[in-house]
Amino acid sequence: MAQRRGRYTVVLDNPPSIRAAATVGSKKESEGPLGGMFDIINKDSYFGQTSWEKAESQMQSIAVSKALEKAGLQNTDVDFIFAGDLLNQCIGSTYGLRELGIPYVGLFGACSTMAESLCVASTFIEGGVAQTAVACTSSHFCTAERQFRFPLEYGGQRTPTAQWTATASGAAVLQNGDVPPFVRAITVGTIEDLGVTDANNMGAAMAPAAAMTIKHFFEDTGKKPEEFDLIITGDLGKVGSSLLADLLRRDGIDLGDRQSDCGLLLYDMEKQDVHAGGSGCGCSASVLCGHLLPQMREGKLRNILFIATGALMSPTVVQQGESIASIAHLVCLSTQKSGGVF
Amino acid sequence: METFWMMLKAFLVGGVICAIGQIFIDYTKLTPARILTCYVVLGVVLGGIGLYPRLVEFAGAGASVPLLGFGNTLAKGVREAIQTDGLIGVLTGGFTAAAAGIAAALFFSLLAALIFKPKEKG
Amino acid sequence: MNLTKEEYNEMTKKASPPSPAAKNITMAFLIGGLICAVGQVLIFAYQNAGMDSELAAGAASITLVFLSVLLTGLNSYDNIAKVAGAGTLVPITGFANSVAAPALEFKSEGFILGLGAKMFIIAGPVIVYGVSASIIYGLIVYLFGLY
Repeated sequence: MAQRRGRYTVVLDNPPSIRAAATVGSKKESEGPLGGMFDIINKDSYFGQTSWEKAESQMQSIAVSKALEKAGLQNTDVDFIFAGDLLNQCIGSTYGLRELGIPYVGLFGACSTMAESLCVASTFIEGGVAQTAVACTSSHFCTAERQFRFPLEYGGQRTPTAQWTATASGAAVLQNGDVPPFVRAITVGTIEDLGVTDANNMGAAMAPAAAMTIKHFFEDTGKKPEEFDLIITGDLGKVGSSLLADLLRRDGIDLGDRQSDCGLLLYDMEKQDVHAGGSGCGCSASVLCGHLLPQMREGKLRNILFIATGALMSPTVVQQGESIASIAHLVCLSTQKSGGVF
Repeated sequence: METFWMMLKAFLVGGVICAIGQIFIDYTKLTPARILTCYVVLGVVLGGIGLYPRLVEFAGAGASVPLLGFGNTLAKGVREAIQTDGLIGVLTGGFTAAAAGIAAALFFSLLAALIFKPKEKG
Repeated sequence: MNLTKEEYNEMTKKASPPSPAAKNITMAFLIGGLICAVGQVLIFAYQNAGMDSELAAGAASITLVFLSVLLTGLNSYDNIAKVAGAGTLVPITGFANSVAAPALEFKSEGFILGLGAKMFIIAGPVIVYGVSASIIYGLIVYLFGLY
């Protein structure tokens, strides 16, 4: 039975296993340092579709199919699918998963969606209402640009603090079982807002949310950063990562060189012109599913904290002068089903 | 020689007007859309008080091609329309003078949208 | 986290790298200047073809608009603008790009509510406030008999 620890954290006594995971990416992602991790690459960012939105849906559809194939499961074996994306009404997920016939819970957590869907999926399994669940998300550079910023062909200049929305999707299959890694604990984030209004500086907007969730986790559990091999945030990028370290240091928490960020890993920061780093739900989802989980299965990583961060941004309210509210959800993953970290 | 001199002036004056726009982008919180809007309104004002036409005379395309020149064209159009048509010219002058630019942008864009498709950057 | 928004704003400023202003301003000057020089060449060409200077200036602007829309359609204008910044924004080519880009982008939502309705989503304010300023200027000219 899951147990609450402190105010924010839930420790899973019967931790669900992440049985299999799959990733989909496009050209720019394939050219990055983690290009080799993707299960499926389509260099045509339209993914053979007629619109960018259809392309993004297609990515989620492919990612889920591939993950199920790797797990050796059928659609009918899945009790719930938890998915979301950046688009209005989560259409990336809705239309991508429309044909599957799997009970679907749509989630909106902006770029934190991978951690959010893992949180919900793992508690559903631990609570016994699901045997098998899928957690899935996606982002697409072109759908995000046209919804949040400018048309693709518009001649704008990005500031050095801007981040690049990844065209990628990740899906993970969770089950009761003994295949590592396991979801050992989750900390659901609180909505944080320290008044950042610059939509080209999402890392700065999200860093306080990440700091708060990490602090909550350590306070609730009494754990220390040294007990983890890696503490990796979703997509804070360069600016947000350095702010996160500063914020935590003020509270006496030093992550040291365990701290990393998916947005700094997905692209070549020097050569790929992504400014402050990668972002988008697909960024942390693909790095987790394609890079971190395999390293855990190989035993290279044993205990990690995955903290996906999301700027809960709406262009409408930002134009009305509102600041950017953010959230970060934490998932504690371990190669051990019991003992060890908890 | 005269031709070359004129091109050099167009290059220098046009370049400086653009560089000032970049200074606003890099050193202020003004978004590009706001800067463009300010440029056009400023062009109307500078054209209205008679300064901008002199710059156009001096630098040719260097002054007429930037959006300040668009504002200047609007002011000039209104002035001329009032001379010929009176009060109604206040309303007709601006759009009449700007018609070529706006109609060209509108129609060419319509054609382009029929032919081309947006692509992912870089 | 005992931190006020003001304190965090200071931290953010320190952590955020500034725009490479010197490089940006230089490129804006060079490319913006170049576009204007091309405009001047076009004016000369049209004058040689027999147009008066005012007509030639108009024809040159239309040609620049055409070239900008073409480069936008060929997916090149945004790549030049990435380097040129205000150099491609401030000339009339930037205006044309800001009309063509949404036209292309929103065609997927249909010819009426997509392409047609959203074509001026960026360039609209320029026309609204430019024409309005010219009307106010015209009223002043008319009322004070400055014509």
